[in-house]
Amino acid sequence: MPRLWRLVVTLVLLAAVAGGVAFAGSNLSSQPVSVAYTAKPGQPVNVTMQTVGSYGHGIHATWVSYMTRSPTGRWLHTTTWQVPAHTKVNVTIYQYDSGTPLRNQQVGMVQGTIGDVATLNGKVFTVVNSNVGNGVGHTFSMPSLGINVPLYGNNPNANLCPAAPCTTAWPHNIIRFSFMSPGPGTYPWQCFVPCALGFLYGNGGPMQTVGWMDGFMDVVS
Amino acid sequence: MSGDDARAPATGPGSELRASAVGSSQAPVGANGARDEPHHGWRMVGLWVVSSAIADPLFYYLAGPHIPPGRMSSTAGGAQFDFNILLITALPVMLAVWIYMAYAVINWRASRGGPEPVGGPRARSNLPIQATWIAVTTVLVLFLFGFGTYELVQPEGAGGGEGPSPVWTPTSHDVLAIQVIGQQWKWTYRYPSFGGFETTELVVPEHTAIAFHVTSLDVVHDFWVYQLGVKADANPGQDDVAFTTPQQLGSFIVRCDELCGLWHGAMYNSGKVVTPAQFDSWAKATELQLAANTKFLPPFAWTYTPDANGADGGYYPDNVDPYSPVETYGAKQPGEPLPAKT
Repeated sequence: MPRLWRLVVTLVLLAAVAGGVAFAGSNLSSQPVSVAYTAKPGQPVNVTMQTVGSYGHGIHATWVSYMTRSPTGRWLHTTTWQVPAHTKVNVTIYQYDSGTPLRNQQVGMVQGTIGDVATLNGKVFTVVNSNVGNGVGHTFSMPSLGINVPLYGNNPNANLCPAAPCTTAWPHNIIRFSFMSPGPGTYPWQCFVPCALGFLYGNGGPMQTVGWMDGFMDVVS
Repeated sequence: MSGDDARAPATGPGSELRASAVGSSQAPVGANGARDEPHHGWRMVGLWVVSSAIADPLFYYLAGPHIPPGRMSSTAGGAQFDFNILLITALPVMLAVWIYMAYAVINWRASRGGPEPVGGPRARSNLPIQATWIAVTTVLVLFLFGFGTYELVQPEGAGGGEGPSPVWTPTSHDVLAIQVIGQQWKWTYRYPSFGGFETTELVVPEHTAIAFHVTSLDVVHDFWVYQLGVKADANPGQDDVAFTTPQQLGSFIVRCDELCGLWHGAMYNSGKVVTPAQFDSWAKATELQLAANTKFLPPFAWTYTPDANGADGGYYPDNVDPYSPVETYGAKQPGEPLPAKT
């Protein structure tokens, strides 16, 4: 092989390796954007999210997902948000998905919120019997803080929102609750309903991926 | 080192080295013209016996009580005792190696500016020493094998009786059963003696035999309470039993010790050992507090079938509609009695 060809092949191989390393590094280090919520001293922050049965876009269009609304009102496909420490956090979740009986009814109880209560479409509730009615679609749970809120499901026979972000024109439930943010730190949260359609035991895919059914609450001082 | 060393001229593992490096004029010379070499072997044995006799009790009584996992429970205490026995067995072995090395470095080192040391016949092989070393270490390893096995299987030992068929069961007739349920990613605990309530808090009474019944609702987890010396796999559809008796009041950490998914690392919480009276008070209050949800829980069972209930979509082979708590959650069929467990 002539020397020139050897040089070209070597350079191409080096470029391919460098490209592969850069691609892997970029993907391994990429994270969903973080939505920063701020508040004036003594005032609460308002966190708004929605759950949708299928994201409807990209390579994981069928995956179930949470979405987060930025303070400017834009829906973002992220589950990471930032709140100030020792501040009341008012959470509103628009639940657009259907529900089922819970694998573990233990997460059917509201816990860790202020007063251990939440509201479902304006009505206070403390527990959802997932064995009747529409069941529970998802939960918002932060085990490290003892927070758990079941999100009542929509009628599976209704025409449910097919793709995120959903608007309130689609069938939905509105769940509201509040809790006090702890000291600075990163606190994971998740859904405890194995809702990953098509995955073994419903626990794969979006259930194992930050930005879908798992997220972080970054608490800053 | 043979007994001939003291009589033989310039013998011993390093005598040639010393003779060549230092010169015979610097060593005592005996009547027959040979240097009076001390009996290095007995010197080292003496040093080893004395240092081991000092180090072992010192370690056992000073460091031993602080060796993990402590003595918060009967199984933790058993594990600590076993660790201490292993360590005081290993300590003389370690001292033997260190003393020999130090002795050799000090006594048989080459002198500065002297000729290169040359190993003598004794430095190349010594059958009695080799045979002794092999025999002693073999006896030690066999002893530790027997000791460890006995300690694992004996009642109230370090083993805790883990498994679906425990090798021993507590002699007490007052055993508190606590079901430990692993799920991605948290632990919950059911107390069948108190109406079967399920909580995220693990509270256990002091001086009471506990039977942890460990299972999982999804993948394999591992219930690890380091301070209590309890560790048992949480397998779906399996009831792994581990016994312990808490002996000290205080708090402990529960971790998952089986890589189980995205937030395996966050799958931990804390628990506490309280007095029996405090436990009774807590259990009754919690039973009352959780009553609104307990009535919706499935009947208590030793295992649950994770493939029978979960998200909608019909991808579970035995998904049942309408929901039946017994068929879809409990592994037991209607009317089937629970197995008699401690």
